Amino acid sequence: MRFRTCTSPHLIPGHSVGGVMRQVLYALVPGTLAMTWFFGWGVLVNVSLAILFSVAFEALMVAARGRPVLATLGDSSAILAGWLFALAIPPLAPVWVLLIGTAFAIVVAKHLYGGLGYNPFNPAMVGYVVVLVSFPRELSLWPSPEGLTNASLSLLQTLQTTLTGRLPEGMDWDAITRASPLDMMRESIVSGQTVTEVTQSPVFGSFSQTEWEWAGNLFLLGGLWLLYRRVITWHIPVSMLLTLATVAGVFWVIDPDYFASPAFHVFSGAAIIGAFFIATDPVSAATTPTGRILFGAGIGLLIYVIRTWGGYPDAVAFAVLLMNMVAPTLDHYTRPRIFGHSRDGHG
Amino acid sequence: MNSTYLDIIREGLWTNNPGLVQLLGLCPLLAISGTVVNALGLGIATIVTLVVSNSLVSLLREHVRPEIRIPVYVLIIASAVTAIELVMNAWFHGLFLVLGIFIPLIVTNCAIIGRAEAFASRNSVPRAALDGLAMGVGFTGVLVAIGALREVIGQGSLLDNAHLLFGEWGHELRIEIFPQEHGFLLALLPPGAFLAMGLLIAVKNLIDARLEAKPIPSGAPESQPATSHT
Repeated sequence: MRFRTCTSPHLIPGHSVGGVMRQVLYALVPGTLAMTWFFGWGVLVNVSLAILFSVAFEALMVAARGRPVLATLGDSSAILAGWLFALAIPPLAPVWVLLIGTAFAIVVAKHLYGGLGYNPFNPAMVGYVVVLVSFPRELSLWPSPEGLTNASLSLLQTLQTTLTGRLPEGMDWDAITRASPLDMMRESIVSGQTVTEVTQSPVFGSFSQTEWEWAGNLFLLGGLWLLYRRVITWHIPVSMLLTLATVAGVFWVIDPDYFASPAFHVFSGAAIIGAFFIATDPVSAATTPTGRILFGAGIGLLIYVIRTWGGYPDAVAFAVLLMNMVAPTLDHYTRPRIFGHSRDGHG
Repeated sequence: MNSTYLDIIREGLWTNNPGLVQLLGLCPLLAISGTVVNALGLGIATIVTLVVSNSLVSLLREHVRPEIRIPVYVLIIASAVTAIELVMNAWFHGLFLVLGIFIPLIVTNCAIIGRAEAFASRNSVPRAALDGLAMGVGFTGVLVAIGALREVIGQGSLLDNAHLLFGEWGHELRIEIFPQEHGFLLALLPPGAFLAMGLLIAVKNLIDARLEAKPIPSGAPESQPATSHT
């Protein structure tokens, strides 16, 4: 969609909605490849299927609403939503999880609210939260890299597992899955271990489990590229990660045995991909500079609170959705001063 | 004021349905619609309350001073609900325990005081009783529809626990559509109630729009949703 005005010789900026969305897609590539390296073909299978489903739902809804289908699909926003949703889902999740999640993301969270630009909540995160609260068992089965290496699931076997929901002969979920770092930390601390005992386990790298660290690093790389391309501004990611690290740091200093380190929190779960790719969604995030800083800080704080004292191991999706609700209010109270006007808008 | 009996029935069941159009009594509507049996139990209790309170309010409408009418209505409704609560405790004890606080809370269902104020206090006893019945059945219909949707999607059954309402043979009524562990948990959680409610309202508006568009093929006017007065 291009908004061309016909009077005055305006400079047309190079990017359209589709262009911006596609740059975000490119930035997701390195992190997705890292996840595929560690978690196997399942990541790619999930991403492809989720994109397929969300584009199909998008086409269906756009057609039902009597809008031009091809022009709308051209903005690539459905692809992005499907992709982000797929990255949040465990790589060997059954196909109906993907189907239900993308249906809620595209049909309910996006089009029932009026389509791209009108959705108050981040569609990918709505889809994820719906399947997370509805199918807790399927959503907790994250494979471990070692388990997968031993099992060596081929692409075909992975596809079969996804479609049937059953592992190939001779494999069993307990052998190839393990608790994600946040799960592990949570359960160990509840059972009386200290944080150091958990991080000294062989599966941990410098801050968190090796695979999550590397996925995080490469998503960070993609995020920095988005910053460089000015697709996103620095406010949300910086304030979100800084708040998360600061709050975690305060508690860590108070009791390093019970509260995990700030680096663990930043490099575990979805914190980095959340900061650069999810919280920065131009539709559902706050839009003024101050509003964005507050928005990011709120997400960071909520992530720490829910991870530490809440009922779920990771909290990026919940935190983002909760702050989505506040975004219009934040925008209202942080309106920047218009050049040449006083702060209250007069004179 | 001069609506016919047929109008009263149509108002309650469809055009001015307390659940879908007036959006009154949403608290029990959303909280108790997890299964068909819970919905039906609460719905029947609401019907009886509406008929009794509407009739009593209409009976006393000449004798109540307007300044104190609301407290008097509340007293009448509360007495009716207390009596129903005792009846349910005695004869439907299992259901009484499941519905819990929501039976006494019928007193605060604004659909009931809304009908007392808007209709019963201005109409004769038979009309008021009929209005209570129609509104109650309309409310129960929505409650049961949401309950059926949520029960089927959430736990794959229909009429689960029907023995609480119908006695021992109710066990036979349970229909299992798919095993419970494949249920879509969200439907049983509060968001499921809101989603089901929203979908029902959308379907009703769609039907109204289609009905309205039919007799005048050229205009295709927008349906005018009645305003809520909660």
